[in-house]
Amino acid sequence: MKASDIEEGRVATAQGRPEAKYAWSAGESIGRFLAELKEGRLVGRKCDKCGRILFPPRSFCEECFVRAGDFVTLKDSGTVETYSISYIDTDARRLEEPIYVGVISIDGASEKMGFMHYLGEVKADELSIGLKVKAVWKSKADREGAITDIRYFKPTGR
Amino acid sequence: MRRVAVIGAGMTLFRRRLLETGKEMCYQASQMALAEAGIELTDVDAVVTGSAPDAFDGVHMKGEYLSDGAGGVGRPYMRVFTGGGTGCFSAIAGWWHVASGLADICLVVNEEKMSSCHPHPQTAFGHIWDPILERPLKPNLIWIFAMEMNRYMTAHNIKKEDIARVAVKNKRNAVDHPCAQLADPNITVEDVLDSEVLAWPVQRLDISPPSDGASALVLASEDIARRYSETPVWISGVGWCIDSTMWTNRDLYFPEYVARAAKMAYGMAKVDDPRRDVDVVEPYDPFDYKELHHLEGLLLCDKGEAPKLTREGVTERDGELPTCPSGGLLGVGNPIAATMGIKVGEIYWQLAGKAGKRQVPGSPQLGVCQAWGDLMQFSSVIVMRA
Amino acid sequence: MADEVRRWRGDMEAYYIYTAGVAGDRFLREIRDNGRLMGTYCPRCDVIYLPPRIYCETCFSELNEWEEVPNKGVIDAITVAYVNDKGERLPQPLVWALVRFPGARGGLVHFVSLPEEDVREGMEVEVVYRRTGRREAAITDILYFKPV
Ligand SMILES: [Zn+2]
Ligand SMILES: [Zn+2]
Repeated sequence: MKASDIEEGRVATAQGRPEAKYAWSAGESIGRFLAELKEGRLVGRKCDKCGRILFPPRSFCEECFVRAGDFVTLKDSGTVETYSISYIDTDARRLEEPIYVGVISIDGASEKMGFMHYLGEVKADELSIGLKVKAVWKSKADREGAITDIRYFKPTGR
Repeated sequence: MRRVAVIGAGMTLFRRRLLETGKEMCYQASQMALAEAGIELTDVDAVVTGSAPDAFDGVHMKGEYLSDGAGGVGRPYMRVFTGGGTGCFSAIAGWWHVASGLADICLVVNEEKMSSCHPHPQTAFGHIWDPILERPLKPNLIWIFAMEMNRYMTAHNIKKEDIARVAVKNKRNAVDHPCAQLADPNITVEDVLDSEVLAWPVQRLDISPPSDGASALVLASEDIARRYSETPVWISGVGWCIDSTMWTNRDLYFPEYVARAAKMAYGMAKVDDPRRDVDVVEPYDPFDYKELHHLEGLLLCDKGEAPKLTREGVTERDGELPTCPSGGLLGVGNPIAATMGIKVGEIYWQLAGKAGKRQVPGSPQLGVCQAWGDLMQFSSVIVMRA
Repeated sequence: MADEVRRWRGDMEAYYIYTAGVAGDRFLREIRDNGRLMGTYCPRCDVIYLPPRIYCETCFSELNEWEEVPNKGVIDAITVAYVNDKGERLPQPLVWALVRFPGARGGLVHFVSLPEEDVREGMEVEVVYRRTGRREAAITDILYFKPV
């Protein structure tokens, strides 16, 4: 069967779209994380048992299985752990300008504690694993308590 | 625990779009497996289905929806779900039923109808990500694989052409698979390296396609297996393991959770030296680098050594460690959970000597299959003996 | 304000195109082209499935024999909807019924063209189709059931 068999009505089909809308509760730790993003800060959370600084912050340490302790303000810089240069969007449509995206481990958090974000102000051949980067924030007025309050990470020293 | 054997397997064509509904595909695959086992549905004590996110088919409670096509009506029935890991995990769940003595015959049926999802099956993957930390970045699931592949390549200084060899091998192997969607007898490493870049380093031919399809297995207790089958294939070890969805908190160069699942399965099967003893392996290969990553996770070679084995022909069908002789997901297709037919099903056919043109030489005695999924965090492993 | 930060809103952007399948395709075309209900027959169990399937769920035989099922059936169960699928009040209550057809396993769920006080279980009803030329091989080619 081909896509055109559906498009041209040669086979019987029914169509539909789930119309539900969602509002995900951020929870205690990510709620605080988002509030701090609005202030232009990154926070992690300390596990008092193993001493790890968990990032992104969570309310429990999954290894020690204890309630996490205090929030800790981290730097807004870090290291590229890995990256990709994407020519497709979220629906697999071709992009004219590629998106640079990576996993950035954050300075002040425990080793390998990173999150995914965009990379910017960098050329493809300058990208490398181990590159030191720093957050580029939206202006205070534009920040809304969202992961996108950081526009991207750029190489430090630029 | 009782011994459990596979005595029949079946699978539909894998295609980008099939006219058949999910139920109809389940029926076709199940009927093939029952016919090969020489039994009828009325002989079946319990049914397990496996299917990946409901968001592909667009039917919530897909397990319940599929039940009549999977032969589940009027009998104990359950669905398991571990994303792509379902490709082996539902067979493990079927094994519980028989090993525990709850059932003498268990039918295991896996299904995926990815073509229902528009504008692209990738859209359904958008809902796998963390809704607050990741989805606002509008990611495509391929990004996560691209980043894992990049980390793997960088950690071991692996060249892309050595990874592309996997795609070439599997798409060529798939020429001998009657259900294959993307077999290509003439594909070359250059074709892979020249294909469209999706999310560097992932290119079009590094990746398996979305597919519709279903597969089924008949599992039986020892007395039943010996009564109905000349060539029962025994499930001698099972293992599974999950890591956190916080994939950005670990080094992606090695899949530790695969190694833990493998150790569990080897331990149960009393396989002390898998590198010496395993005759044929079907690691999960939705991307070419994943076959390599998984060979290492399955402890069948050192970390970073799998590309070398591939380059030297060790993993060819007539090599020392035939790897994905089915043609794998890269060549046969990737209807997520239904890949059971080219993982568990293929090892069954190989060890039973029923793999036809795909048969690896030397009558293999010990085989391993593996599946992998969820958010790059789960693996299921089965060790099988002739 | 706090609520804005602590909740993140979104929806599911995917939409779906479902194939009716091997049996469903013929079933819907028969309604569209011939205005008739066709089921599949299992000779082993001596039952007709309506809606049709390509397999018998009891004995797992493959079903190839198609049989016309009469357009007249009997109401087996009734419900009356006062709200729509979003929970909003309907201007007119809608009467829904499960209708069984003689000799067939299964049945069809659809509207009934009667006020709720006039509908009862056991009532004989018949299928009313959309006019020919307007049908599109969908279950909505059936408009409603009306009393015989
Ligand atoms: Zn801890
Ligand atoms: Zn029957």
